[in-house]
Amino acid sequence: MSVTLADRPADAAAPSGVPAAEPTLVIDRAVKRYPNGAVAVRGVTIEVGQGELVVFVGPSGCGKSTLLRMVAGLEDVTEGEIRIAGRRVNEVEPAERDIAMVFQNYALYPHMTVRQNLAYGLKNRRTPKAEIARKVAEAAAMLQIEDFLDRKPSQLSGGQRQRVAMGRCIVRDPSIFLFDEPLSNLDARLRTQMRLEIRKLQRRLGVSAIYVTHDQVEAMTLADRIVVLNGGRIEQVGAPSEVYARPASTFVAAFIGAPAMNLIPAELADGALRVGPEAAAFAPPPAGLAPGFVTLGLRPEKARVAPEGARPGGLPFVLDAVEELGATRLLHGRAAGAEMVVAVDAAEPVPAGALTLHADPADLHVFDAVTGARL
Amino acid sequence: MTALADPASVSDPAPRVRPVNRARQRVQIAHHVVLILGVLLMCGPMAVAFMSSTFDPVVIHSEGLQIGWGGEFLSTYETVMFKGGGFTGEVTGGLMMWNSVLLGMGFAVGKIVISMLAAYAIVYFRFPFASLAFWVIFSTLLLPLEVRILPSYEVVQSLGMLNTWSGLILPLIASATATFFFRQFFRSVPDELLEAARIDGAGPFRFFVDILVPLSRTMIAAIFIIMFVVGWNQYLWPALMTTDEGMFTIVRGIRQILQVWIGANIPDYNQALALAILAMAPPALVVLVFQRMFIKGLVETEK
Repeated sequence: MSVTLADRPADAAAPSGVPAAEPTLVIDRAVKRYPNGAVAVRGVTIEVGQGELVVFVGPSGCGKSTLLRMVAGLEDVTEGEIRIAGRRVNEVEPAERDIAMVFQNYALYPHMTVRQNLAYGLKNRRTPKAEIARKVAEAAAMLQIEDFLDRKPSQLSGGQRQRVAMGRCIVRDPSIFLFDEPLSNLDARLRTQMRLEIRKLQRRLGVSAIYVTHDQVEAMTLADRIVVLNGGRIEQVGAPSEVYARPASTFVAAFIGAPAMNLIPAELADGALRVGPEAAAFAPPPAGLAPGFVTLGLRPEKARVAPEGARPGGLPFVLDAVEELGATRLLHGRAAGAEMVVAVDAAEPVPAGALTLHADPADLHVFDAVTGARL
Repeated sequence: MTALADPASVSDPAPRVRPVNRARQRVQIAHHVVLILGVLLMCGPMAVAFMSSTFDPVVIHSEGLQIGWGGEFLSTYETVMFKGGGFTGEVTGGLMMWNSVLLGMGFAVGKIVISMLAAYAIVYFRFPFASLAFWVIFSTLLLPLEVRILPSYEVVQSLGMLNTWSGLILPLIASATATFFFRQFFRSVPDELLEAARIDGAGPFRFFVDILVPLSRTMIAAIFIIMFVVGWNQYLWPALMTTDEGMFTIVRGIRQILQVWIGANIPDYNQALALAILAMAPPALVVLVFQRMFIKGLVETEK
């Protein structure tokens, strides 16, 4: 039931880089249906490899937390199977699953000291006292919480509580860490710092992890692979750069990246992509597409504005507002009857006068107007 | 900076501040008058009873209740505490107090244990008709002891538990009030604590003992205060269940002493009053001691 540090080298001995016979975690066509008929997860299949950090991201109610709790054993699996290290765990108690979890509100035991909090799980596993002391000391050193070991959670700051919650996971020495929006209770600066620490720690320990968040920046920065969920289904799985560069649907396109991608209704007709009420030709058609209605996607940071007449083509752009972000400047406006955002370098002067919007055809994403799928 | 500006800047804020202070003072004085009146109202009779108990019964009989120090304190309280009374001549105030402590403790501890377990079952376990079970427990509040005292006596009697401590305590140990309080408290404990404990391998028993009971400390203290006083003040129930003088509680003793010692002479008013004071002291002490814990617990909210 317990994987101790001593057991670990057996796993580590497997040649790295070569995919193991069985990934650390397999979620196989998992479905979660509540007794009242509501369906939170609709047949999700994901594999998490050894040492991989996979981020589940999506808006609230997309099923990402439910899926994580199914892996933890806090929610029953209605259909499908969950395997951890090759073992079916659908019917296994959370404590026997070889997992560890960080909760959104940390869920530290308020009446126990930090030391007791870290030791509690080991104590319940009847780990020898000397070993508990050694593991707690190890984890405390790793997280730099040695000075707080005899304090209670109420005497700690948010960041320190966060570390204790992580420590509770580390001492368990699990095959997989589960993080349920662990940074959402911290302020922005601390969040950025802890994000990096979580990443470093997970790399150092080489333990697989699932990280649930609704924050796409966290998802982009942390993940080896991102799983974008929507309405209980997977929209896209891929490396952060891939999800950013080639969003599989308008949902992913709008969700990943800040500010969000501009989406413009368009029509592919007469040998051009035409947009707006006047059906102005905006770009040459991408190869291999049948004429019809599409949705055009253009990242704000890829869009360009120019004074009218300075560059051929382009759409008339009406500038409504300017947002300063420091390094960049966001130009909010309208083009072809749609709201558009353009991100420009703050070093460039704020454009004035009549403007046109331009885009490199290679930067345009084309989606099916009805299904939203990438074409 | 200038000579003219200085007095202005000094005198300007002063008149503005003073009326505010005066108004606040007036309000505070009013508050204190109300509070002091309240204290007099609550404590006056007790003080009179205590002071009267130090006088000779003849003085009390002829001149009424006394204010001041009568000088009979030691002899009166010694008689009350240690002199045997009753038909057997073996009942002392000390024994009766001890009996009351036993009853109060038995009540308080028993009720806390039972109601915590009941609330734990209702809140954390899914069983059919759980909420119905809770409301059935809760509805027993509508049936006070006095209404069901004859059937209760019947049950205790038929079980042969008259004149036993278990017969005195067990039939009253279920408490809807305490169950309700613990239920409300358990519902306010975040679910994540339970989930974290499950991941940490704590079963239902360990979760209860290791997490829930320590978290409930302040609730336990509060319920203990209430239930100890309830148990201590029981009069009708022990009067019915126990006839053995060795089990008399001090609340019954007050009446008993007056009744037994009324001879052809003046009743021992001083002893009755002394006994009343002694009967009041322990519950007051329990409240004082646990209140400190209670407030401390409220300040360090841990959840």
